[in-house]
Amino acid sequence: MRPEALFQKEFTIQGGDFVNAGESSCMIRNTLREIGVDSDIVRRMAIAAYEAEMNVVMYALRGTMQISVYRDEILLTIDDKGPGIQNIDMAMQPGFSTATEEMREMGFGAGMGLPNIKKNADVFNITSRVGNGTKLEIRIFLDGKKTRK
Amino acid sequence: MTLSQIRILLDAEFICEHGMKNSDIKYAKASDLMSDVLAFSQPFSDRNTILITGLTNKQVIRTCEIAGVGAIIFVRGKNPSAETIELAQRCKITLLTTKLKMFETCGILYTNGITGVAPGTHGNPSDAT
Repeated sequence: MRPEALFQKEFTIQGGDFVNAGESSCMIRNTLREIGVDSDIVRRMAIAAYEAEMNVVMYALRGTMQISVYRDEILLTIDDKGPGIQNIDMAMQPGFSTATEEMREMGFGAGMGLPNIKKNADVFNITSRVGNGTKLEIRIFLDGKKTRK
Repeated sequence: MTLSQIRILLDAEFICEHGMKNSDIKYAKASDLMSDVLAFSQPFSDRNTILITGLTNKQVIRTCEIAGVGAIIFVRGKNPSAETIELAQRCKITLLTTKLKMFETCGILYTNGITGVAPGTHGNPSDAT
């Protein structure tokens, strides 16, 4: 059975809310820094969280992002209600994007989001149901012993 | 090179600065794609890195906060909105604006010793591009 998280917090993300987009990820970054997590791990988790948060803002109706800090790892889960992803393999390819012009004008939607998340995670899982939503699970190990995948 | 020296080289203006005028800047990233800025983020602190961009929205500030970038130079005479400036002040990110285009800005900084850092180089200056 999984031990209780040393720290846990959940954030609500509103689809289409470009004004506040990124705020939750910045709070995660600042919180991880405050509790003394290694700066490189903070950077990697903050980037993964921000890309994931922007994906919810750009493509979904709404979502929740939960950060859990355990003794040996940090787990970030993002669960959204939205159109889902039709072809995950294609979505994971750098450069593939279904972004609108508005999203691109914000500096996003270049098809780098999911590859950036994967690059910064030790473990990255994505599941999606078309017409329902997408769930991401991002893990970064704290013990430094496990190799990155 | 300090931000004050960069300001002179680019004939730029400070929009806001947070005691960073004399901070030593070594690296620069130039992009209007925020995911690229994040992908180029280095394991070492990026506070001595500047972002050169033509985008002025709040996401630019958020991206720099996430990546730990300490200063932004807006090119082509662009000025951010009051909202963007307020967010930069909260995040303690220094903002400058120059009338120069991105290409010229990069060229001047590069010829004066500022280097870029390629993705995945992990901050090794010998790998810098």
